[in-house]
Amino acid sequence: MPAMNLVQAIQSALDFKLADDERVLVFGEDVGHEGGVFRVTQGLQATHGERRVFDTPLSESVIMGAGLGMAVAGLRPVLEIQFCGFIYPAMNQLVTHVARMRNRTRGVFTVPMTIRLPYGGGIQALELHSESMEAMLAHIPGLKVVIPSTPYDAKGLLISAIECEDPVLFMEPKKVYRAFRQEVPAEAYRIPLGKANRVQEGTRITLVAYGAMMRVARQAVDLAAKDGLSVELIDLRSIYPMDTETVLDSVRKTGRLAILHEGPMSFGVAAELIARVNEEALMSLEAPPRRICGFDTIMPLPMGEQHYMPTPERVLFELLQLHSFPE
Amino acid sequence: MLTSFDPLKGKRLQLLDEAGRLVKGKFPPLLEGEALVAAYRHMLRARVADDKALLFQRQKRIHTLPVNRGQEACAVGSALALGQDDWLVQSYRELGGLLVRGATIRNHLLYFKGSEWGSVHPGHPRILPLSVPIGSQITHAAGIAHAIRYQGGQEVVLAHFGDGATSQGDFHEGINWASVFKCPVIFFCNNNHYAISLPRHKQTASATIAQKAIAYGIPGLQIDGNDLLAVHAATRAAAEHARTEGPVLIEAFTYRMGPHTTADDPSIYRSAEEEAEWQPRDPLIRVRRLLESQGLWDDAREEAFRAEAAAETDQAMREVDELGETPVDEIFAWQYADRPRELARQQADYEAFLKWKEAR
Repeated sequence: MPAMNLVQAIQSALDFKLADDERVLVFGEDVGHEGGVFRVTQGLQATHGERRVFDTPLSESVIMGAGLGMAVAGLRPVLEIQFCGFIYPAMNQLVTHVARMRNRTRGVFTVPMTIRLPYGGGIQALELHSESMEAMLAHIPGLKVVIPSTPYDAKGLLISAIECEDPVLFMEPKKVYRAFRQEVPAEAYRIPLGKANRVQEGTRITLVAYGAMMRVARQAVDLAAKDGLSVELIDLRSIYPMDTETVLDSVRKTGRLAILHEGPMSFGVAAELIARVNEEALMSLEAPPRRICGFDTIMPLPMGEQHYMPTPERVLFELLQLHSFPE
Repeated sequence: MLTSFDPLKGKRLQLLDEAGRLVKGKFPPLLEGEALVAAYRHMLRARVADDKALLFQRQKRIHTLPVNRGQEACAVGSALALGQDDWLVQSYRELGGLLVRGATIRNHLLYFKGSEWGSVHPGHPRILPLSVPIGSQITHAAGIAHAIRYQGGQEVVLAHFGDGATSQGDFHEGINWASVFKCPVIFFCNNNHYAISLPRHKQTASATIAQKAIAYGIPGLQIDGNDLLAVHAATRAAAEHARTEGPVLIEAFTYRMGPHTTADDPSIYRSAEEEAEWQPRDPLIRVRRLLESQGLWDDAREEAFRAEAAAETDQAMREVDELGETPVDEIFAWQYADRPRELARQQADYEAFLKWKEAR
């Protein structure tokens, strides 16, 4: 089995779907000839031709709107918005049309479209190049939001996203792009959308994370183990729909819940998940759930982002507090 | 023909003048005889349905809706230039065009009574649902046309929008995309001189909207939008050009004779004198005169067809009146292809409430 990093795994999924389905087109700013600013689409144009993999004008709203038009006309567009912080010009299209078309036309016109969206901080990037706005996107009825944390998951989830009959935001953790390699099957496989993954069993605390924060979470879980604290780790993988059941099963066992994400805390994914756990498993909770998140501030420029981005130590600190409750 | 039109020369294509006389020009009129009668009937049917819809709104049988009066030549003439498999990407003031494409008056009323089923037309013709965010549909037309080009199809896309839409970013982004990729789209601007209250001259400093085409490297022409024959001939020529060369921008010079919507009061922002000036330019009058001069129409036929259209509209309204509220399941059923457990849960909770309410 070949070892791939996240970039290669995403590339492998795109390459498979381009070969597998003539309706799939891959496009966006700089994704063709250059292969994208992160080189995720590198080589795809050479393999599949300029009709299938192409550069667009620097124009996010029409990238989204034309994508919708293509989808309505029977194609399966896979478009890239270069950075999460660049999606705002396309938000009108996303909210007012992409997310609504199926319901407005009672299924006559649908939008089976994948929006690839590199996101996240900790990479010393320019302004508006480090955002994590998954909560804002997941709040829009009609969209699905998926965030892989590993090369293996990325390939399986992306193939599922492209085959999904509804629009999917596929958010790629930039910090993980070339961070590590993992064995990834060369052939195609699928991981269903909306399924979390319990990656490590534990007994005292349930820790939920996703995307780039999964690496931070793993390190924190290892640190906690050294302190004799057994933490169960869940990779949420899908923000909407969200696999509440996997989290509930775990919380019923551990009685304590912490959620880690880099997006701003208020009205975030953690808040939603806590609400669901309260609704379904309040009596299993032995302590108030804890949110370990980015702040309700703009993403600081590189000289300040180390304070904003949760670190393994900060997660450990929160886990220990949670464990010692009510003391 | 199209490429020889210079939008900077201040010309406006007209084939049928206000008196109902044919104007000689480079574009031959492409609607004659029974085809012209059929076109006029589409316009008249839209006019009657539009007038009645306004009445139904006052009777509170339907809700706020846009008013079409004055723009029937734009909608009907352009839609008649489309083939069976071509696409109509509408704004929201193209009732006549929708009817040409097989939509029904019933669905028009149904949508504005408040049901999504109003956007589902019999036989599913290629008509996108109306677009509320101004100009946003221009990008959809570019994308559909891109797909047509990719699939090697011969279809074209007709995209309608108003003068207000030309100030939106999506006007630029959509036309720019279509021009770069040479997509088969007709960008049809219904310059009706008002975006709700804002007059055309405050919308853009360009002398014409047609001249904006020059910046995209595509043909642009201004036509008399109240002239059915000019609208039709120009759209036919544009469709031909779009299929082989790429997009065209048409500026149809017209006038919104009614309010923006039933909630609007034009007397706040324009004079009765101005409205009176446009009255004789009503797009229906000149077609009727031409038909009458050719012995193809008369008062009796006018009256009979108006009565027929009125009866059809009344019947449609009665049918829509009788429809009950949207069933709960439909609110949830169409959001996704599958039903995420979030929605299943919310639906179950709501249905539990309804059950409790009923038993109470």
